[in-house]
Amino acid sequence: MQQRKSVTQEYTNSVLLNGTLETPKWWPYLVSILSFFVLVGIGLFFVQIYYGLGVTGLSRPVYWGLYITTFVFWVGISHAGIMISAILRLTQAEWRRPVTRAAEILTIFSLLTALVFPLIHAGRTWRIIYWLLPFDFARGIWPNIRSPLFMDPIAIGTYLTGSTLFLFVALIPDLAVLRDRTTGLRKGFYTILAMGWRGNPRQWKMQVVGGILLSALMLPIFVSVHSIVSWDFAVTIGVEGWHSTIFAPYFVIGAVHSGVSAVVTMMALMRWGWGWNDFIRPEHFDALARLLTVVATAWLGFTFLELLFSLYGLDAPEIALREMQIFQYPWNMLFLLFLLTGFIIPVPMWLFKRVRTNIALMFWSSIMVNIGMWLERFLIIVPGLSRKTPFVFTWESYTPSWFEWYILFWSFCWVTLLMLLFSKVFPLVPLFEQKESEVFSDSVKIGRANVPTIFREEEE
Amino acid sequence: MVIENKDRNWGMVIDTDKCTGCNGCVIACQVENNVPLNDQNKFERGRVMSWMRVERYWEGEFPEVKARFIPIPCQHCANAPCEPVCPVYATYHNNEGMNIQVYNRCVGTRYCANGCPYIVRFFNYWEPIWPEEMRNHLNPDVTVRSRGIMEKCSFCIQRIRRGARKAKEENRELEDGEITTACQDACSTQAITFGDLNDPESKVSKLSKDDRSYTLMPHLNTDPNVIYLASIKENKEEFQEEKANSHD
Repeated sequence: MQQRKSVTQEYTNSVLLNGTLETPKWWPYLVSILSFFVLVGIGLFFVQIYYGLGVTGLSRPVYWGLYITTFVFWVGISHAGIMISAILRLTQAEWRRPVTRAAEILTIFSLLTALVFPLIHAGRTWRIIYWLLPFDFARGIWPNIRSPLFMDPIAIGTYLTGSTLFLFVALIPDLAVLRDRTTGLRKGFYTILAMGWRGNPRQWKMQVVGGILLSALMLPIFVSVHSIVSWDFAVTIGVEGWHSTIFAPYFVIGAVHSGVSAVVTMMALMRWGWGWNDFIRPEHFDALARLLTVVATAWLGFTFLELLFSLYGLDAPEIALREMQIFQYPWNMLFLLFLLTGFIIPVPMWLFKRVRTNIALMFWSSIMVNIGMWLERFLIIVPGLSRKTPFVFTWESYTPSWFEWYILFWSFCWVTLLMLLFSKVFPLVPLFEQKESEVFSDSVKIGRANVPTIFREEEE
Repeated sequence: MVIENKDRNWGMVIDTDKCTGCNGCVIACQVENNVPLNDQNKFERGRVMSWMRVERYWEGEFPEVKARFIPIPCQHCANAPCEPVCPVYATYHNNEGMNIQVYNRCVGTRYCANGCPYIVRFFNYWEPIWPEEMRNHLNPDVTVRSRGIMEKCSFCIQRIRRGARKAKEENRELEDGEITTACQDACSTQAITFGDLNDPESKVSKLSKDDRSYTLMPHLNTDPNVIYLASIKENKEEFQEEKANSHD
């Protein structure tokens, strides 16, 4: 049951634009601290380019480590956008409204971060033009389209383009609101971006149709992006732990799990940071937690299926790999932590309405899920490589260097910084969606109780 | 001058029965191909570069222990798993049955190394450094690889090209055994044989049809051009039993 407080349009405007037209007290401090960390990270990246990848803890055969784990992690987070804005939009879930923009920009910024990681990870970043662009006209050698690593930038690029368009279409009415409330240079900026929005019925119709079309067009990306990322691993016949046909759906569902959790984290932070208590309400956390419970349970099923499929063949190297992954210190501790944080602690918590509507508990449980999901990728990538073949002679372990840890930390600072900068220019909660839901909502008298409902006009 | 010959299929036969585990092939390869030197730190970090490595396995329980050696270079698979995964075609198959690494194109994604089930691809984590007195000892026919790229056994392609060019200048066909690899030259027990697998008369193709011949991890269907000869057991029954029991 949705408990809603009726708010006026003026109130909506003044509260939701408080991050854009005014500056919260903490904002300048946080932005400067994050900028410092981000700049240090960029500096370290150049140090790595100068000296070589020896600064990482990678070895032979553990050629992929923290960087690729973090790459997969951020691509996973990006699934928030497509799940919330596209699928929930097409299924007309009312509670998605305040969340859509946050999810969408989380998608865009996490994709931008994910795209950086293969560059950081590559041995010769400055030569990457060979890889991303069909550049080598003179010799007639094109990028290898059979390689999932080449499909990655294409899939992510498509997703990024689609999400950006989607975000922009949804921003136009709010940009017009901002245009009417600013002066000077900022007004000019918003005027150009608002593209002459006056809010007449034809413009509204086109905006809605555009949004729905983009959602529908982006649906295939829901499947494709993380499937392709999973093929990075699944096509390697040499690595027992990776060469599995279940990887594509397993990764997709895991991505939704971590992406939607990240949206919950972000919503809690938005509620605390900007005080949007009347707009991001416990009922939204409740709905997301219900969705997460289903997704997480499906994901757990895939996790065990993956284990089952791998052990079914009784291959000696595969058993050696699983033995290390699940039973050997320190991997067993990581595996336990992964199960606890990915499912065992948060999901039973979400079964209780008291938890689902408690913002602090939802915040911590969603952070927990993402720790678990990061560990999941780590536990797939690293043990798989270090127990690669029957040649026990070449088995090797992996300890990430502080360099890699810093770059992981950098990625979080980078995404947060981008979000904060975005919040200064654009509203994080869509104003028009909020007002639209206000228009649609009504209450019906059933017996003596007033039941809040949503009325929608049907298309003729 | 085009000296590639499509009729050739270079291959190697390694007789593990003859291998004494002396690591001579490893050193010869290191010198011939300008492979960076390995120091203690590299061993500890698991970043050893050796295009040819001799793996040592113990067989039996103490005191009845036997050391078994197997030298493993790049297998030059006909169905190489490293090739399709490279996004920039830095590794490809040439017309002479060899798997080629193009240093100039390589961007260092290390994906090929993950694809390779034999772990014979090596990554330059640092810029290679030789001691001052050794800098003039580098082989001028072989590129010195910079940091950030992959490298691996090339079947001593510089020797193949030199031999083929010489034969062409002298207007004759290449003879079997004319081209040798560095590891082969260094092997004191002549466990390594190199030659054209497409020539039915060559020593390698005869050896490759030996009863003892096998390839590494045939279940992966990589079809390697490096063929091994099993070590000889004291009694024949034991060997046949082992062969029947093997998964492959």
